[in-house]
Amino acid sequence: MTAVTSQGQAAQAPSGEDVLRVEHISKRFGAVTALRDINLHLKRGEVLALLGDNGAGKSTLIKIICGFQQPDGGRILIDGQEVTINSVGHARQLGIDVVYQDLALVNQLSVYHNMFLKREIVRWPFLANKKMRRIAREHLDELGVNIPSVDVDVAKLSGGQRQAIAVARAVFTDAKILLLDEPLAAMGAKEAAMILDLVRDLKQQGEVSVIIIAHNYGQVLEISDRINLLQHGEITFDKASKDTSVTELNEIVIEEYRRALADRRKAEGKTA
Amino acid sequence: MSDTAERTSAPVGGPPGGQPSRGFSQNFLRRSAVGAMQQREATVFVVVVLLIIYFGFISSVGRATFFTKIDLINVSQIAGPIIIIAIGEVFLLICGEIDLSVGFTYTLAPFLMHYLIDFYHVPGILAILLSLGMGLVVGWVNGFLTVTVGLPSFVATLGTGFALQGIMLITSHAEQSAIPGPVQGIGHWIGTFAWAEIGWAIFFVIIFHLVLRRTRWGLHTIAVGGNQLGAQEAGVNAARIKYGNFMLTATLGAFVGLQVAFQTSVIDPSSGGYQPMFYSVAAAVIGGTAMLGGSGTVIGALLGSIMLAVLTDGFNVIGVSANPLPLIFGLAILLAMTANVVFARLRERGRAL
Repeated sequence: MTAVTSQGQAAQAPSGEDVLRVEHISKRFGAVTALRDINLHLKRGEVLALLGDNGAGKSTLIKIICGFQQPDGGRILIDGQEVTINSVGHARQLGIDVVYQDLALVNQLSVYHNMFLKREIVRWPFLANKKMRRIAREHLDELGVNIPSVDVDVAKLSGGQRQAIAVARAVFTDAKILLLDEPLAAMGAKEAAMILDLVRDLKQQGEVSVIIIAHNYGQVLEISDRINLLQHGEITFDKASKDTSVTELNEIVIEEYRRALADRRKAEGKTA
Repeated sequence: MSDTAERTSAPVGGPPGGQPSRGFSQNFLRRSAVGAMQQREATVFVVVVLLIIYFGFISSVGRATFFTKIDLINVSQIAGPIIIIAIGEVFLLICGEIDLSVGFTYTLAPFLMHYLIDFYHVPGILAILLSLGMGLVVGWVNGFLTVTVGLPSFVATLGTGFALQGIMLITSHAEQSAIPGPVQGIGHWIGTFAWAEIGWAIFFVIIFHLVLRRTRWGLHTIAVGGNQLGAQEAGVNAARIKYGNFMLTATLGAFVGLQVAFQTSVIDPSSGGYQPMFYSVAAAVIGGTAMLGGSGTVIGALLGSIMLAVLTDGFNVIGVSANPLPLIFGLAILLAMTANVVFARLRERGRAL
């Protein structure tokens, strides 16, 4: 893939004000502190990669931004306006959409019916299937999503194609801020490339801002503008993708692991 | 049907960009064979045609009666009520529910009409409309118990079914009644007229086939049955869809109850019950409706109903005892379900390759 050009774009893409600001967000579940003090910002048209190990608090943060859970403290600003996001529906009204892996598609319906689900075009009393089919086709072609036909049932598509349809649908329904929750998990190289291309295209169009959660540093470094690293409920690292590398990210994570291990040994030594 | 045929036989592994695949004519035969196999309706249709030929042949060798007008009326009068109730069950099964009480809504509806006219002097047409409205209420209660209270519909409608039967028996003292005078005129067009059953059934089939295949309601019904959480995330109001389909089924059941009362010229506490409901569910399942939701067709239910009616009547005509009939129904259902599972597995394998 073309790492050079994508990093070139990364340099110019993040321009304009923040569409999303998360300030001092905290969240506790009983005795467990999931999020300590999260500060995060997302510029218009930017692709932000949110990295971090399992249990670092990535999912909790996403759930708070998409309105599924409420934070214990802190505030969220959208386009500079402070908002209290009290439901998933409310978040969607505000232009925030989450794409979970393989969740919201109906297997028994065609691709275009899935894309238009609850936003159908109706020529009373019937569905305007031809029109929906054409628009869906155009939209997918525009995004470069490669599927044989918009008429096939979603059940017949591969994991990558389904993920692409889900992303395309979210963009299609005027999402301004897109949260992609591990879009590359359990996906082959070819499939992952398709999703990465899709995100790259979205970035070039510049109307959608994306937060992408991932494990594979190499893949996200290529398409993201900026990297945030979430460790123990805090953002510990914030750098432009072009200023960092897989090696550096790996070193940080491994160093953290070693320190944690050493701390634990010390603690065990004391008790023993 | 053309819509599903088009969708299931669409090229899956075709070239990108939606261009029509080349070598279309070479693939055509193989693809249409696969398409026909995937098309449950086609299988049932062939079975129905074979059965008609079989009974026609057997009866023409002996005392020919199967192809007479009287007999066609017989078949149509058996099939009509099954078809109409099966339409409701198809919508419910697709969105992941079932209504076991519909046969008792069927029994109660003509009694309610009789009480309203003979005891409360309600005008005939209004009494019919109120009896149909009772179906809406029963459907709403089934929806409430299933969606809002959260009981499985199998249990909820088992309960409402018994309750409705009880209400009917208490109020009627388990005695038959005559059709009230004021509704005998309109009753002719609802059920007494020889072709009324099949006429109404075909009317409802056309309407609800279009509702299922061509409207938002149908699309959302499939979406709720296919992936309820996903549909809700997309904004589909699953509760509304389920309430609506329970109300549709119970109202169709009430209509059939009135129809059969007019046809037989008597309001009978022993008509309806579980048998028409089970025939309808069987017809839906034979016609390819999945018990687990997400797929099914009205046309399939129509063909399934005709198949059951032809079997019932055919055995009468050729003079064989009706005793083996339940056995044959049972085998037909098992065969249909097995075919369903096997074809689904084949499709799955086709996808994996």
